[in-house]
Amino acid sequence: MSATTFSDGELARIRAGFPILSRTVRDGKPLVYLDSGATSQRYAGALDVERAFSEQVNSAVHRGAHQLSEEATDAYEGARAKAARFVGGADEEVVFTKNATESLNLVAYAFSNSVAGQPKDPRLDLGEGDEILITEMEHHANLVPWQELARRTGATLRWVGVTDEGRLDVDGVHGPALGELLTERTKVFAFTHVSNVLGTVNPVRELAAAARAVGAVTVLDACQSAPHLALDVTDLGVDFAAFSGHKMFGPTGVGVLWGRNELLHAMPPFITGGSMIETVRMEATTYAPPPQRFEAGSPNSAQAVGLGAAIDYLDELGLDRIAAHEHALTERLLAGLAQRPWVRIVGPAEAVDRVGAVAFDVQGVHAHDVGQVLDDQGVAVRVGHHCAWPLHRRMGVTATTRATLAAYNTPAEVDTMLDALDRVPEIFGVAS
Amino acid sequence: MDLYQELILEHSKRPLHAGLREPFGAEVHHVNPTCGDEVTLRVHVEGSGADAVVKDISYDALGCSISTASTSVLADEVIGHTVAEAMTTHEAMRSMLTSKGADPGDEDVIGDGVAFAGVSKYPARVKCALLGWMAFTDALHQAGIDTTSKDKS
Repeated sequence: MSATTFSDGELARIRAGFPILSRTVRDGKPLVYLDSGATSQRYAGALDVERAFSEQVNSAVHRGAHQLSEEATDAYEGARAKAARFVGGADEEVVFTKNATESLNLVAYAFSNSVAGQPKDPRLDLGEGDEILITEMEHHANLVPWQELARRTGATLRWVGVTDEGRLDVDGVHGPALGELLTERTKVFAFTHVSNVLGTVNPVRELAAAARAVGAVTVLDACQSAPHLALDVTDLGVDFAAFSGHKMFGPTGVGVLWGRNELLHAMPPFITGGSMIETVRMEATTYAPPPQRFEAGSPNSAQAVGLGAAIDYLDELGLDRIAAHEHALTERLLAGLAQRPWVRIVGPAEAVDRVGAVAFDVQGVHAHDVGQVLDDQGVAVRVGHHCAWPLHRRMGVTATTRATLAAYNTPAEVDTMLDALDRVPEIFGVAS
Repeated sequence: MDLYQELILEHSKRPLHAGLREPFGAEVHHVNPTCGDEVTLRVHVEGSGADAVVKDISYDALGCSISTASTSVLADEVIGHTVAEAMTTHEAMRSMLTSKGADPGDEDVIGDGVAFAGVSKYPARVKCALLGWMAFTDALHQAGIDTTSKDKS
């Protein structure tokens, strides 16, 4: 990695942009926020932009003949352009949704919605004998919509397994290999860029190329990569990518679906109503071209504008530098955990093709109890199955404790967490 | 930290009356979907109406120290008591756990359950502490036991 990590001075400036990081919790303990994988903290600059939009510009976008409406539309469409630039796509390929879950559902429903009355594109025609391929490491958001799609259409859901180390079992060590799973029957292959539990970075280019070779549409869950790794959909070769504003220093209530233009054009609408129409008669309606076709109703304009500002900030920090910084933190955390024989890391033990989502199991102590002991010392982590229950079952654990790192975390915070963790065997009297 | 009282740790390490036994009138399976904690619980009740007695509570629990210990306390406090007494204990336990720290619990009613008073200050853990108790009352209903008879004690 050629980019450098952040200096202490840079890190202090970054942290100053996130006021919540200087608050205390649990009787005056400094907050150590290691739960950005669930939701990141909000960049104050993005909050300022969101508030300024609401105070000075707010009005209905894409309608109205007044100046405010023009300015609001410009701001909203400006945010779309930023999101497009962020993923390396075209403006009209960016659809604003309420979150990544909605983005993924939007794509899943395109395969089974016939309400549009337009000729069905063969790529979106799904039925018995067809297959949907996902992976065993998916977040429920990229799992349940495909299960439901299979149920609605009669298609079969299949999945690529996970190795003991926590990588996709592409070679078929424990089950069928990718080559056996990905066939001409596969109509869609949906997979995550980065596992929200294991931290594993999947070989997206290779997976997408293999899917393309059999004519399957590819859907990338980019939630856990967007704030950590540079994202270029053209280079990756996927057809769709979904991510959420609140995981990348932006507001809740706004997500993005990027889709290849010609596929979006072939898709029926998902949610219908105002703003997404071309002409409406009592008998029937025709629909606007994408992205408007997929943005029914009044949009979350202030949130989209806030997300645009968060994207600017990520660009300003530089995703290559963020990745370098987080890589160093991840190595520090993994090394610290490896020194504790009573901890089992669930996911790759080396910081190779992995990011700073680090899940682990403390021998003989339930994750809830581990999280509680950390919380008591000001360290915020997530416990449970992190919306990836099948993956936990596969890894042989009911629940894990998960620390997730972000650009604003410091080496000292990693050390505080490791020290706090040492209280766990003390309290629960297990071998340390 | 005051959450992990010695009694709780003790019960979680060596849960009382654990394991699934026969006979039983009903078996239920409850989960805490946020963390995947699970409990399978059986009840065996003899008699009816005000004389109904909980003869056995047997269970298989997979969960955190709070949920495991709470189920252990449940079994220990309730086995051998009338259904009416059990419901009084359940109500006292529920009331303490949901009091946000206001109700310290009455040892005469809930016994070792008082060790869980600290849990009520941690809203995310209240569900853990109630998992076994909710399973127990559900099992009584599944077994067709009348839980409305008044405690005569």
